[in-house]
Amino acid sequence: MVATTQSADGGTTDVRAYTPKRKWTIGRILNRTVFYLLIVFMFVYTLFPYVWAFLSSIRPNESIGLIPVQWWPEDVTWEHYRYVFSERSGFLPALLNSTIVSVTVVLISVALGASAAYALGRLKFRGRSFVLYTILSMTAFPAIAILGTLFQVIRQLQIYDTVFALIFSYLVFTLPFTVWTLTNFFKAMPGELEESALVDGATPFRAFWQILLPLSLPGLVTTGLLAFINAWNEFLFALTFTTAGGARTTPVVISSFSGNSQFDEPWGAIMAASVVVTLPLIVLVLIFQRLIIGGLTAGAVKG
Amino acid sequence: MTQSAVPPPTTTGGVALRTGNPDTPRANWAKARERLAWMMVAPSLLVVVCVALYPLIMTVYSSFTNARLDGSAATEWVGIAQYEFIFNDRNFRNAFQNTLIFTVLGVALQTILGMAIALLIYSNFKGRGLLRTAILVPWAIPTVVSARLWEYMFASPYGVFNDITQYRLPQLVDWIPGIGGALAGLFREPGNPIPFLTDPTMSLFSIIAVDVWKTTPFMALLLLAGLQVIPGDVYEAANIDGASKWRQFWEITLPLLRPALLVALIFRTMDSFRVFDVVYVMKSYSLDTQTLAIYAQQWLVNANRLGTTSAVAFIIFVCIGLMVFGYTKLVKVEEN
Repeated sequence: MVATTQSADGGTTDVRAYTPKRKWTIGRILNRTVFYLLIVFMFVYTLFPYVWAFLSSIRPNESIGLIPVQWWPEDVTWEHYRYVFSERSGFLPALLNSTIVSVTVVLISVALGASAAYALGRLKFRGRSFVLYTILSMTAFPAIAILGTLFQVIRQLQIYDTVFALIFSYLVFTLPFTVWTLTNFFKAMPGELEESALVDGATPFRAFWQILLPLSLPGLVTTGLLAFINAWNEFLFALTFTTAGGARTTPVVISSFSGNSQFDEPWGAIMAASVVVTLPLIVLVLIFQRLIIGGLTAGAVKG
Repeated sequence: MTQSAVPPPTTTGGVALRTGNPDTPRANWAKARERLAWMMVAPSLLVVVCVALYPLIMTVYSSFTNARLDGSAATEWVGIAQYEFIFNDRNFRNAFQNTLIFTVLGVALQTILGMAIALLIYSNFKGRGLLRTAILVPWAIPTVVSARLWEYMFASPYGVFNDITQYRLPQLVDWIPGIGGALAGLFREPGNPIPFLTDPTMSLFSIIAVDVWKTTPFMALLLLAGLQVIPGDVYEAANIDGASKWRQFWEITLPLLRPALLVALIFRTMDSFRVFDVVYVMKSYSLDTQTLAIYAQQWLVNANRLGTTSAVAFIIFVCIGLMVFGYTKLVKVEEN
């Protein structure tokens, strides 16, 4: 295993240094032009939909259905944002539900996951690989595979249409994920860390609690963040286990925002809600991008 | 669900204790440690068994019964009747076909585009860090939101894509002196919008475009991470030998990238085959685009038929298992 994205910027320079400086021939200019056009295209491709959503969210209703499309909004309005945050839209309760569910799920998953991961990654015990692979296999099956029976369990527990149903069911995918990622994280830490503490007479649990855990904060943050994004974006369980006016989360509410008729989608409001829901995620991603890329790609580079 | 790849741990790090004479304090210590390990694992194991393992076993069991959610009839063992029913259902075959097209075409496009982006970011230019940040945006946008953004852009006739093809591109081309007027004729006439999401055959491909936009960043990041661990001196040697960049890609980069590519392919294939959200948000239960997961969910929500849903779910589960098995097998064969 090689540390991955930490070397992100350094990896290529030494290779390029060997390429001799070439003259600016027509072919080379053309080459460069195509290259930079491609890069510009990539920026437009990845960012345009979100920019377009924002532009559409500040465009008044009258100019939304215009043909040809009015690209730059001539009158700016915030009415769609006012609607989204008003009582009629049902967006704020959904935002609250989403927050409660995602935060709770992440806290439970990281707490239980860190504890299990310490045992699986740092302690030797019989049945270790059995436990590890049981938990890992849970990440492989599709959510739809347990949708029906989970529905039944949720009904029997009488938590249908509550945030508890979602917290309960989201653990299906967040917990195996945190256990697995943190196990690898703990395993990669140098072994001498707790050894000295153990020699000094500390119990293994104290070594975990007072030495390893504080040191693994970046790993906990990354794992928690990725689990949070997954929980925040979940749709199938939220759609199936809740009803309108009940414990609906934001993805479900955004998917079902509708106008007066099938052909009259309230695009301004939908775009405003989309911008609001996505903004915190984009900010988080920008702040933690190095950690996130490292967490996402941890497995791909195993030698 | 989880878009992440993690390696199987190979060796136990941490502290391994020598166990000698059972009476020494060290042996007692080892015993205490084993107890501690189980205590620390137990909560997670319990949750996983309750929330995942038990429902999974029940799914397999219910797929052989006529179980209903509303309890309107007693649950009886029906053998493979549910499977017979499904395989004779035209809508199942339709959903299977849609899912297969969505998976194969989608993953192929994601791989090609992801590779292109990874190579682009890997090459040296000003602003590569910025591009790497930019591709995280589609990844971070919730699937439901991205579906709605694209639904609006695809709208016919007032969507921005129809605006581009009917008005902007002809205008742009018209500028070109001389041949511009002739070229403009290639584009769609105003008042003749493309039915991206309403046309029965086009809609599935439009949705694939959305999925490609949303998931390619993940592919690109995995491949980029793979590129970055290829040692630079391999390329140095190739450069000295005068190998072209194109040959270097096929004979050095691609073979060395195989582990990363495989992980990315497995994750993307699994996610595509069980797709629900992006398709459901854009086309609901429409047969034009219905996937297996939507088909399964419909039997549960609209007809309360838990048995049927379970059977479809189990089929999806088996298909995904077979595909993952196939990928790993493929690589083993190549290695031999």
